[in-house]
Amino acid sequence: MTGMEKHLLLRDLDVPNIRELAVYMANDGYAAWKKAVTSMKGEEVLAAVKDSGLRGRGGAGFPAGLKWSFIPKDVFPKYVVVNGDESEPGTFKDHALVRNNPHQVIEGTALCAYAIGSNLAYIYLRGEFSEPGKELEKALADAYANGLLGTNLMGTGYSLDIRVHYGAGAYICGEESALLESLEGRIGQPRLKPPFPATNGLYNKPTVINNVETLANVPWIVLNGAAWYRQFGTEKSSGVKLFSVSGHVKNPGNYELPLGKYSIQDLLDMAGGSSTGRPIRAVLPAGSSSPIIPAVNFGAKLDYESMAGIGSVLGSCSFIFMDDSVDMVWAARKMIRFFKHESCGKCTPCREGTYWALKLYNKLLSGEGTLADIDMIGEVNKQIIGKCFCPLGEFATSSMTFTLKHFKQDYIDFIEKKKGGTPEYKAELARDTHGHHAQAAH
Amino acid sequence: MLRTNRAADIEKVLAKYPTKRSAVMPLLNLAQEEYGYCSPEAIREVAAICDLDPTEVKSVVGFYTMYYEEKVGTTVIDVCDDLPCALRGADGFIAHCERKLGIKAGETTANGKITLHSVMCVAACNRAPVAQVNGAYRYDLTPETFDQMVDELQK
Repeated sequence: MTGMEKHLLLRDLDVPNIRELAVYMANDGYAAWKKAVTSMKGEEVLAAVKDSGLRGRGGAGFPAGLKWSFIPKDVFPKYVVVNGDESEPGTFKDHALVRNNPHQVIEGTALCAYAIGSNLAYIYLRGEFSEPGKELEKALADAYANGLLGTNLMGTGYSLDIRVHYGAGAYICGEESALLESLEGRIGQPRLKPPFPATNGLYNKPTVINNVETLANVPWIVLNGAAWYRQFGTEKSSGVKLFSVSGHVKNPGNYELPLGKYSIQDLLDMAGGSSTGRPIRAVLPAGSSSPIIPAVNFGAKLDYESMAGIGSVLGSCSFIFMDDSVDMVWAARKMIRFFKHESCGKCTPCREGTYWALKLYNKLLSGEGTLADIDMIGEVNKQIIGKCFCPLGEFATSSMTFTLKHFKQDYIDFIEKKKGGTPEYKAELARDTHGHHAQAAH
Repeated sequence: MLRTNRAADIEKVLAKYPTKRSAVMPLLNLAQEEYGYCSPEAIREVAAICDLDPTEVKSVVGFYTMYYEEKVGTTVIDVCDDLPCALRGADGFIAHCERKLGIKAGETTANGKITLHSVMCVAACNRAPVAQVNGAYRYDLTPETFDQMVDELQK
């Protein structure tokens, strides 16, 4: 079982050096872009994307064409902002696209801009992507030099600029309104919605924000049509998706698969199975923010509906596999630590809730936990759920809620069998008090 | 002075955005390149270029983890110890890094050459243990490859 015979996104696996403009163009590169600019109306591009059923690949799965259709026609300027803040632990798909197939990201961005009548797009990369970002910046420079971007494109009078903006280390900037704040030169705290970015986005103007991977699908849709794209995936989950596989597997990496065809177990098999010789116990399907899935549910198909059916999410498709040596108390603490570090501080339930939750987990890890602490974790959870501005607070609770739901015995054993307080755990806890960047709390 | 030393770069940055305020983050990157960290002087200069109060620029510096408020080593090694990396030995690996350098994560070697940070996910979980060395990825690290790299840097 190998997934795609010919990749639509991870094209560098089939075509060496596709990051080079000449190679990209020799393999249908910018054919969709030329077709759109010279022979299609923006509305036609938008209609194709709508008909394709393409859903946002950043995590929320919102239909891309529908999002684009919310942009008012009579307000100018309008912007396209590409979300390349990829910071969810376990996710490294946009990294691969930006580094290895940057022209396809650019072409998708350009097609989105053309569809909504925008003349300026920003690609927001997390600050840690300066190295892959160089590939993207080189690709942009080559695209400009070859008349694919800039003014009066192909003699049509249409002009488009695409610029790269770097973040500087903040998970929350992956939330679209926080990303806009960051792009406007402010701290990355989410905005109140409504109004939504479609009407009041960047600089208070109509803005489409899409994930890197979402837009990388668009050239194929415009070039070959929505019906062609729909040969991949299911009715409700159309197309192909990148799966970042990490943790206890033999061959961690990105896997490109049609949605709905394969199961979690298939994905695990493609990644070579367990790397430790021990059975895989559970998987986080969308990084730290997702409800953990016990191995008993690995038969579920990889599409939005099937994952919801087993009480989890498809999200960004970052599958972190864990073998049976992993203690869920330790794993949950790692995740809580992340969210406590990344909470932007705007909402009290998230800021304080993640702080207290981490304190409780630290207590467990240091060997001083009691059974009452398990209930207290549940209480802290309740104070966060449904009380925050943006999804980060909610995300933070899922590691607690779902490890408790599926692996409560781990918590009880951890306390009763006194598993905490080992030298390793103590070293880990000590490191967290000094190891992260000085200004750790946003 | 940023304005004299990096005048062309500043103009390029300002030209990218319709507002000066949007230039704050890229200008702070320039300042950090120039001064090694976001010094009070650097913050004042960036604020002046963007027509902002220094306090507002300082809030941006404080919010994002990649802006340094204090001096760091010539080389900054950021090692990820988030969950996916930890499943592949990152906690033990970073303990090794601390022993090799004779410092704790978050500190700088006495000769000012190397700063070690433990950091959150850097989107390379398939190649753990992983580090960024002054921003450049180093994949599939082992104690041996780390020691080699450090010996090279300490020369």
